[in-house]
Amino acid sequence: MKTDELVAMLASSVEAVPLHSSERRHAIALACGLPVALALMVVFIGVRPDITEAVALPMFWMKLAFPAVLLAGGAFAAIRLSRPGGRMGVTAVALAAPVLAIWLLAAVTLAGAAPAEYGLLIFGQTWAACPFMIALLAVPLFVALIWAMQGLAPTRPALAGAVAGLVAGAGGALVYAPHCPEMAAPFLGAWYVLGMAIPAIAGALLGPRMLRW
Amino acid sequence: MSVTEARLRDCFLRGLAGESTAYHAFLQELSVHLRAFLRRRLSRLPDEVEDLVQETLLAVHNQRHTYDAGQPLTAWVHAIARYKLVDLLRRRAGRDALNDPLDDDIDLLAGSDTEAADARRDLAKLLARLPDKQRLPIMHMKLQGLSVAETARATGLSESAVKVGVHRGLKALAIMIRGGP
Repeated sequence: MKTDELVAMLASSVEAVPLHSSERRHAIALACGLPVALALMVVFIGVRPDITEAVALPMFWMKLAFPAVLLAGGAFAAIRLSRPGGRMGVTAVALAAPVLAIWLLAAVTLAGAAPAEYGLLIFGQTWAACPFMIALLAVPLFVALIWAMQGLAPTRPALAGAVAGLVAGAGGALVYAPHCPEMAAPFLGAWYVLGMAIPAIAGALLGPRMLRW
Repeated sequence: MSVTEARLRDCFLRGLAGESTAYHAFLQELSVHLRAFLRRRLSRLPDEVEDLVQETLLAVHNQRHTYDAGQPLTAWVHAIARYKLVDLLRRRAGRDALNDPLDDDIDLLAGSDTEAADARRDLAKLLARLPDKQRLPIMHMKLQGLSVAETARATGLSESAVKVGVHRGLKALAIMIRGGP
């Protein structure tokens, strides 16, 4: 087939195409992945028993706000990276800022605490389970986001995969937070960040294989 | 160059709205620029140029829904052409044949080349290998220029199956070109 024939073939009876497909596919992925993760949390591990008292504490809301901000910033980064030539641009700031903020808060907390309290502030009671629960709860959103990106055209598949994993990890942390009994910033800065980093690394490794087009 | 960008973008956007004539003009002009762009970068692999022009045109068509109207069209097309070029060089593992294709300057519209060589890969043969529910809609709509409704009558498929068949068939064609999923 000659190139002119291919051009004629592609242009013939061409159908109208809606714009904003990247925004639309990512919105669908979030709308499908997050409720599934939430349902898994409620069914298998449950909301913390003292939730009615916990909602009165500012730190409870901080624990939700931290992954929520990352989730939002990451979603915009994923939308951009799913288009040919897309760059993170200002969304990189939206990803770095919440992590730096929680580390700053952790440093302030530790600075004001006695050395004997460091262990409890950093490890809490649940450090061993936390990152793995967050990574597990990230799976539904990760699958949904990879589906979204497979229908688009990322030209940096490793970075796009990493951001998909980070968004999924933030979603996992967001739905894990109402179960999690920990309230200390150093705990969040260590184990929540690690829990979100696991799917991000998985995404960076899987991206080049799963996001080819 | 910005005049070319403006003209190409206008034709492309009208094509996205479903105007075949404008879309044809866009693809026609784009193929001329792509050929010059890729020939400069594949100076040691001249036989690959026309195949890659076709592969890139097909990718531009298949991914046209990913264009963000706020971005320059040239940057979007350049990213697709570059991605397909790097993909080809990886497939060949011929990194020594690389003639500086990783530059970032967007000079896609800088050259034109209307001398189409013969493609070595025959897309018509690849099309023939598609399953009927993809091949028949493409034959009727894309090669004979029938409408969706006429294609649906001719093939006995529903109108939505015709649209899905064309869409999936052209994606499957792109996968066959790059050698499997």
